[in-house]
Amino acid sequence: MSLKAFHVLFVTASVLLAAWFSWYELSRYTDTKAAMDLWLGVGSGVTGAGLVAYGIYFLKKLKNISYL
Amino acid sequence: MEIPYTAKPRPDTGLYNAKLGIWLFLASEVMLFGGLFSSYILLRVGADLWPHGMLSIPIGTFNTFVLIASSVTVVMAWASLKLGNPGKFKAYMAATILCALGFLSVKSYEYYVKFTHYDVWFKDDATAEKYFKAAYGEKGTEETRKQFVERFHLHNTKATYDPAQIQLAGHIEGNPLCTNLKKLVGAKQETIKFTPDAPLGSHEHPHAIEVKLSDVQRLSSYVPAHSTFFAIYFTITALHGLHVLGGAIVLAYFLLTVDKWWKKAPEQFTNRIEVGGLFWHFVDLVWIFLFPIIYLL
Repeated sequence: MSLKAFHVLFVTASVLLAAWFSWYELSRYTDTKAAMDLWLGVGSGVTGAGLVAYGIYFLKKLKNISYL
Repeated sequence: MEIPYTAKPRPDTGLYNAKLGIWLFLASEVMLFGGLFSSYILLRVGADLWPHGMLSIPIGTFNTFVLIASSVTVVMAWASLKLGNPGKFKAYMAATILCALGFLSVKSYEYYVKFTHYDVWFKDDATAEKYFKAAYGEKGTEETRKQFVERFHLHNTKATYDPAQIQLAGHIEGNPLCTNLKKLVGAKQETIKFTPDAPLGSHEHPHAIEVKLSDVQRLSSYVPAHSTFFAIYFTITALHGLHVLGGAIVLAYFLLTVDKWWKKAPEQFTNRIEVGGLFWHFVDLVWIFLFPIIYLL
């Protein structure tokens, strides 16, 4: 597996973590009403969306490099 | 003698040798960290009490973000070489190393905070209640109990709420690193000034109280010997930190020798960066699992 393929795997794992963490923090926010939980939840969601966009850009940029 | 297959793939494996080597090495790393993750799970499910919320989520989140960013920059460094641009490689690799140093600095700060934060257990119920009231006023026992329940609320299967088992958490005056009852008594100290943690839902610390060491049964900072949680936390995160440090040293070597290697053997150098990047991604992937397991769940 090349670095390209491993990077795609890593970005996928990061997107999943960001999405789950966003849900986790926003759920906490409904209980605690703490601003930090809201910021972390929103920030994590935005980061996850950013990572999806980056992943698409990355695949386009390195389309000529093998996955092996 | 020239080492074969450093640039071109071997016909039988379809890989250049270093790539096969790094994947064999990473397989052994998976077993190492897999063993530690399994230990964590077994210790946790077998524990009567398991603390929750002992680590700072914002700090852990920041470090997670730093490591994800470093994976992006390391892969961009490799892509720059693939596209024949060693200048951009230098910028991306320097950013990766800065991220690694940032991660380690934040982790060191987290360790420092733990090494200067203490729990005190008292000799008997009456003594414990006396200090709880000194710390938090008339409702001191109730407040300390609340903190105890909050710390263990997710995994509190056999909590007795016996005051002598409930610890008072806070800081010792002067913020000594990793001290304990034996060391303090050995230094002929009879009392300590102790600032208890803020009550639940507040950020205001109570006034410091004087604690007689003769009333104390156990005193420990948040070091591996404090509890099973901190033992496994420090074992896994310190091992991970060593991997970050080792990876950063190797990547820094690549950054410092790029000009020489790029002139001599550009294809082989690009492959070396790929191998370094694979290791770096593995280390970051370990953190992607560590962060939710240790900080959140």
